[in-house]
Amino acid sequence: MKELSLNILDVAENSVKAGASLIGIELDETEELLTLRITDNGCGMTPEILASVTDPFYTTRTTRKVGLGLPLLKLAAEQTGGSMTVASRHESTNPEDHGTEVTATFYKNHIDCTPMGDVISSIVTLIQGNPTRDFVFTHKRSEGNVVLDTRQLRDVLGEDVPLNSFEVLQWITEFLREQYAGDENR
Amino acid sequence: MKSLAELAEIRERMKSKVVLREGGNEIRVVVGMATCGIAAGARPVLNAFVEGVNRESLTDKVTVTQTGCIGICQYEPVVEVFQAGKEKVTYVEMTAEKAEKVLQEHIKGGRVVEEYTITHAKKA
Repeated sequence: MKELSLNILDVAENSVKAGASLIGIELDETEELLTLRITDNGCGMTPEILASVTDPFYTTRTTRKVGLGLPLLKLAAEQTGGSMTVASRHESTNPEDHGTEVTATFYKNHIDCTPMGDVISSIVTLIQGNPTRDFVFTHKRSEGNVVLDTRQLRDVLGEDVPLNSFEVLQWITEFLREQYAGDENR
Repeated sequence: MKSLAELAEIRERMKSKVVLREGGNEIRVVVGMATCGIAAGARPVLNAFVEGVNRESLTDKVTVTQTGCIGICQYEPVVEVFQAGKEKVTYVEMTAEKAEKVLQEHIKGGRVVEEYTITHAKKA
């Protein structure tokens, strides 16, 4: 992957496939560290599958949860000296509170840290392809936080206008761009 | 600054359009967005179709959707075009520029861009 934002798009798609209705994408930046956390309320994974998710050569091809997505994210994190962890509660054992949490930490100043790239495009792509799911995107930065919660947008738009209408996607792009540029406008 | 009030205006504007759209979509453009597709550059391809379809005012006729891996990872980014009564067309090794050409010639003009199809790629 050429951009971390592509890893984000890819791993968040796993949450979609796991049937999640709410997906959280959180970026937390300090001077030295970047922490990416993707959480969902999808079906979760059994301990057996969880144990093999980071093995690129293990594939069941029936769960669609195993493949190169997580190994590539793990590689991207580890090549900076960071790490990736996955925690999951499967719906069979946790019927009330199931889902998955992927956390990856990156040392930002490491020469092998993949650039973030166009994270706005990844968020908009996720919403375009999955207009019935909700996404909560948070980017905590020293310059000011960036936040998007599609549940708020859905409240305003009602049932008449899908979240992936072109005008809405454009609004989301601008909304995020303005937040990222906010510190320059102040 | 972008505000939620602006979003409410979009809702009002679109209410009238929703009624018109009930005719159903005739063409479906499907972009592969699994790990293989994303790594190969599917995101800008998808964006090019989404933006192009809107720019050319084709939203009533064409829908752009995403799918997972269809098993031909070496040909990603892959785009499939479905049209009622016609055979599915599979475009391979797509870019945003190629997407624009497919939009103009195939989606708008009705002529398949043979040189980008999987049949053509396999012959080469």
